Amino acid sequence: MSEITPSQTVGPFFAYGLTPNGRCEWDPNGSYSWKNTVESNLVTPDASGTRIHIEGTVRDGDGLPINDCMIEIWQADAQGRYAHGRDNRPLPNTQFKGFGRSATDKAGVYAFDTIKPGSVAGPGGKPQAPHIVVCIFSRGMLRQIYTRLYFDDEPANASDPILTMVPADRRGTLIAHKQPGADNQYRFDIRVQGGDETVFFDI
Amino acid sequence: MSLIYPKQSLEAYPKHLSPGYKSTIKRSPSKPLMIVPHTLSELTGPVYGHDAIQENDNDLTKQHKGEPLGERIIVHGHVLDEDKRPVPNALVELWQANACGRYVHNVDQHPAPLDPNFTGAGRTVTDAKGYYKFITVKPGAYPWGNHPNAWRPNHIHFSVFGHSFLSRLVTQMYFPGDYLFPYDPIFNSVTDEKARARMISTFDLENTVPDWALAFRFDIVLRGREATPLDNDEH
Ligand SMILES: [Fe+3]
Repeated sequence: MSEITPSQTVGPFFAYGLTPNGRCEWDPNGSYSWKNTVESNLVTPDASGTRIHIEGTVRDGDGLPINDCMIEIWQADAQGRYAHGRDNRPLPNTQFKGFGRSATDKAGVYAFDTIKPGSVAGPGGKPQAPHIVVCIFSRGMLRQIYTRLYFDDEPANASDPILTMVPADRRGTLIAHKQPGADNQYRFDIRVQGGDETVFFDI
Repeated sequence: MSLIYPKQSLEAYPKHLSPGYKSTIKRSPSKPLMIVPHTLSELTGPVYGHDAIQENDNDLTKQHKGEPLGERIIVHGHVLDEDKRPVPNALVELWQANACGRYVHNVDQHPAPLDPNFTGAGRTVTDAKGYYKFITVKPGAYPWGNHPNAWRPNHIHFSVFGHSFLSRLVTQMYFPGDYLFPYDPIFNSVTDEKARARMISTFDLENTVPDWALAFRFDIVLRGREATPLDNDEH
């Protein structure tokens, strides 16, 4: 019998605690000071690899933007290594943590600056295509929901062990699209509920 | 350390759709979530050390010029995994309303006063025994628009990191004996009574400091249990 502490919603007022310097204007007077623990810019001076910008809108079942949402991302570095004890390969980018957090703004938009992750080990020794694990918290969500972000310019997507498990007609919801005319900018919209609902994982 | 993350443990969690809490109706996935294996991507997670923390980050009564108004309290406990082993170096963040039940957030329109000496945000990192401690004031109850005459029980929001991205937890800590429990759809979204009780802190006379502050104990149990060698093959 499990005895874990149950999850509860992050509620509407998390911004001043968790993303105080973020996109949400929680304190128009600027009278309180409290700094981020975790930034939406993951790039560290020692991080090798391609610098990328990821941005998207989070929408609810009516297609309305969710303006009190918190997105967290977890990813490997450009060499496909996680800054965590379970990934015990040598880590060239010692400062790169691979973890970021962004609140959505009034228009439901979140954004991250990071490094494009490399391919990481998957089940049975099969490599996984470059991807980012995405965790979504919001008022109205009693527990977090997980999804994954893949990149539309990665041929390895075709053989990714997780992506290929997703029905082909919904796979597109997990793909970030490189924006034409912009340097390494990707768009990744999240639809929490509805016809074009993002694929979420029961993990 | 190698841990496994049994899915059955999540039965303690609320369902995504819990219509008594109205905002879940449009903000819960309508299609079944896809079951996929846990890969290295899920079994690893952010690591934060004591460098993430500054002095007084865990003392919400010392972050401004003066002391906040309200009932001073100590909130402390251990972060544990499912085998009840301590989780050291876990980042614990909290945020809460002030003693009047008002958040500093501009969306909070509850007509109760703000306290210039209280932000209501704190953070700390657990020690080698998984122990954490905060000093704060007891948050007030506050109204919300979910249904007529809806009030949230006194609570403190907690955000905790464990051994992996799967053990990530955001929850709320409640206070013993709250008369608002029967009316709160967020608290009652956890349908199992024993699981609900794990969100309620206990009054701790032993650690109550005479003439200074009441203590409440709140242990937090995260996903993850020790792997047997057979379970250890995730990639
Ligand atoms: Fe609250």
